[in-house]
Amino acid sequence: MADSHAEKKNALARTRGRLDRLGDPALKAVTFGAAALAVGVIVLIAYELVTGSSLAFRTFGLHFLVSQDWSVFLKKFGALSLIFGTAVTAVLSILIATPLAIAIALFLTELAPKPVRALLGALVEMLAAIPSVVLGLWGILILGPFVQNTLEPFLGSTLGFLPFFQGRHSTSGILTAVLILTIMVVPIVASVSRELFATVPAELREGALALGATRWEMVRGVLLPAARPGILAAVALGFGRAVGEAIAVTQVIGSQTGIRWSLFSHSDTLASRIAGQYQGASTNLQISSLVYLAAILLVISLVVNIGAQLLIKPIDRRPRRRRIALDRALETQGLSAD
Amino acid sequence: MEAIRTRIDVSGHGRSPVAETREAVFEARDLCVFYGDQLAIDNVNIDIYQRLITAIIGPSGCGKSTFIRTLNRMTDLVSSASLTGQLRYRGIDLHGPKVDAVEVRRRIGMVFQKPNPFPKSIYDNVAWGLRILGMRKDLDQRVEKALRSAALWDEVKDRLGDSALGLSGGQQQRLCIARAIAAEPEVILFDEPASALDPISTSAIEDLMHELKRDYTLVIVTHNMQQAARVADMTAFFGLEVAPDESRRGVLVEYDETEKIFTNPSDKRTEGYVTGRFG
Amino acid sequence: MSEPTFSLRTSGRLRRRQLVSRAMGALAVGAALLAVAVLAIVVVSVASRGAGALNLDFFTKNQAQGFNPKGGGILFAIVGTGVLVGIATLIALPLGVLTAIYISELAPPKLARVARIALDITNGIPTIVIGIFVFAMIVEAHGQSALAGSIALAVIMVPLIARATEEVLLLVPSAQREASLALGVSRWRTTFGVVVPSAIGGILTGTTLAIARAAGETAPLLFLTSLGLSSQADANPLHPLQSMTLVIFEYSDQADPAYQAKAWAAAFTLMCFVLVTSLSAKLALARYRKKLGG
Repeated sequence: MADSHAEKKNALARTRGRLDRLGDPALKAVTFGAAALAVGVIVLIAYELVTGSSLAFRTFGLHFLVSQDWSVFLKKFGALSLIFGTAVTAVLSILIATPLAIAIALFLTELAPKPVRALLGALVEMLAAIPSVVLGLWGILILGPFVQNTLEPFLGSTLGFLPFFQGRHSTSGILTAVLILTIMVVPIVASVSRELFATVPAELREGALALGATRWEMVRGVLLPAARPGILAAVALGFGRAVGEAIAVTQVIGSQTGIRWSLFSHSDTLASRIAGQYQGASTNLQISSLVYLAAILLVISLVVNIGAQLLIKPIDRRPRRRRIALDRALETQGLSAD
Repeated sequence: MEAIRTRIDVSGHGRSPVAETREAVFEARDLCVFYGDQLAIDNVNIDIYQRLITAIIGPSGCGKSTFIRTLNRMTDLVSSASLTGQLRYRGIDLHGPKVDAVEVRRRIGMVFQKPNPFPKSIYDNVAWGLRILGMRKDLDQRVEKALRSAALWDEVKDRLGDSALGLSGGQQQRLCIARAIAAEPEVILFDEPASALDPISTSAIEDLMHELKRDYTLVIVTHNMQQAARVADMTAFFGLEVAPDESRRGVLVEYDETEKIFTNPSDKRTEGYVTGRFG
Repeated sequence: MSEPTFSLRTSGRLRRRQLVSRAMGALAVGAALLAVAVLAIVVVSVASRGAGALNLDFFTKNQAQGFNPKGGGILFAIVGTGVLVGIATLIALPLGVLTAIYISELAPPKLARVARIALDITNGIPTIVIGIFVFAMIVEAHGQSALAGSIALAVIMVPLIARATEEVLLLVPSAQREASLALGVSRWRTTFGVVVPSAIGGILTGTTLAIARAAGETAPLLFLTSLGLSSQADANPLHPLQSMTLVIFEYSDQADPAYQAKAWAAAFTLMCFVLVTSLSAKLALARYRKKLGG
């Protein structure tokens, strides 16, 4: 009797060594630490930008946001013309890129035969993988001359009555930058849209076709409305990319301060101004102003990104299949190098 | 073969007099359907008659869905699908070279197994098809008429602007029927229309089919024999044949008035299926 | 059978609708062809201009001194990129994998969601901002170094590696985990002994994609390591080191065609590396997903 009692007491006796027992809580702690670091870096970034820009903030305050000045000599800096440049280039490139990207996504999901689909999809993603400095080099030396010698003269002669198409022709400027940004944004929006279209259930498509609708009527009336929130998220991601691109833009935009309305004119964006000043930043005030620019850029990108996340949220709640499709599409976005 | 007693009640359910007195809407002669090299349906010969309910029954995999989809050219959506033989709709070869599939589908509507309302309002679900098909005059009246025909009007007339996705499964399916009716087809195909619904909704849809029969020709695929017995005037039994190389294909085993199929079938295979001995 | 009194041919209104549908289809094809054409133009122009300037010296020599830059090569930049990306990977790989393990295996669902969203947001922060961040944190006080550059690259790589790892971890069937745990094996041994080895293929390809991405980055390095010497190859991470991207960036600004030629050559080399690496990693990932039933 005493024996079985002793046996019972040891039924769940510890057989695992010390290392083994420590392993589980250690795993939890270590991985939690890693995750906290990965997540907390956002807070760290915000903190560093705030402290780094404090000198400029103390000097200019919020007036920085509405001043067009940028003069090292006069010790006056302002972000307005850069915010303008960022807005113009990003909005224009999104306006051109979105219809193109949706058309490409529709081609890939509705029209392309299976073997073509995989190949073409891969080619479009390759476009996203080209390093931006390579695209910028191409922009300076090949696209630029084309813009100066062919595109701008053409636009100037046909639409020159509009203030947007007046002025000297040049290899660099807003137009060249918009074209380069469009090339970068199209693959992002196309990949995300493509994954989204693939998740619209076949029954919805069949229901429309069975009524006697043509393929385009089915796309316009059923497919696109069903995918609309996802497309908006894709556009938001593309917009975020366009806003944040520094290298290719600074290579082709001409680096000029000031607000001008012609697409032919030289300009600068928040990101490209920061990149363009990397060699010349000498005074503390100038450096602090650059950090101030970075802080503004961070705020804009956070707003756009969180907006995209909110748009994705309702899609996230649907079956895992959709979320995985979305995840994969977001991976492609991560392929674009700046 | 003597009359058999099946578990299925085929006593009078408003069945109509049939066959030689009626016009044939569809005529299939030696119809075979292939998916790539695989034969899915072999040598179907069948006439489907006007303003009757024709049920297609059979074990799973016997090609019932494939057959019904040839009737409105939905097989076109599968790139590997091909047909041989003849399939005529009112004398015209449905799969002929000059025939436009979109036009076919306007005249031959379809209701699917899983209710698939569009992510639009209840009104727009019905109106969208009307708009693209150019039937824009008196849109409101047409929508109401379609919803009444589908026995859905009273339940939704006060919330036509609400999203169709908020309706119950049975209501959604009736909305899909209204959507199909609004396009003024001549034929309505039903691919297992109630298999995703609860018994009460199923019964509502079956009653609806009796009503629709007055104006439309209906073809129904169902795996539920009781449903076929309740609803159909003519019943076609598709069986599975296994070829020497182990490939399986569907064949039309027997096609006759429903009562005969369930009480006195001519083919042993039919008898085996309806008495539940297999399938 | 009655005589057909109508036809099922395209006519009238339907003809117009079909025309519209075909026209839109043509537009879609056109858009796809345009994208392929642009890709071809870019790749071909970089290749044709870059391949010409490639020779053995290019890869094995450092920048020539003096006013005649015709000779010499970019060995210093190749070494620099190797060090920058190498150290970044050493930092980002464990960090990313451990984060993914936490999110997918151990975290309560709410925290996991927050973490995922935070990673997505970090992924979307402009890389120039990340460069300024590391600049403010380290370089202002301690000067430029390749290490600072690697830290910036790691910040960019972690969300990519974590996301890819999480996806493959989720693909490992839970039956495997349950079998191990049911045997009485501890959580951590299960994770590293069963789950991670199953997912290792996906983790490696995800990391490869992140490496290809990091190798192509320029903006974060501008303020962190651009003062590196170009006359000798250096592998000391505490020194600022040039990268291939920085070299392309700097040379692209020069009017001298000799520098431009080197820029093309470096661009061609970098582009080949990035494209080939990305493409093969994606192929491997697709095959891997199919195997695990994704």
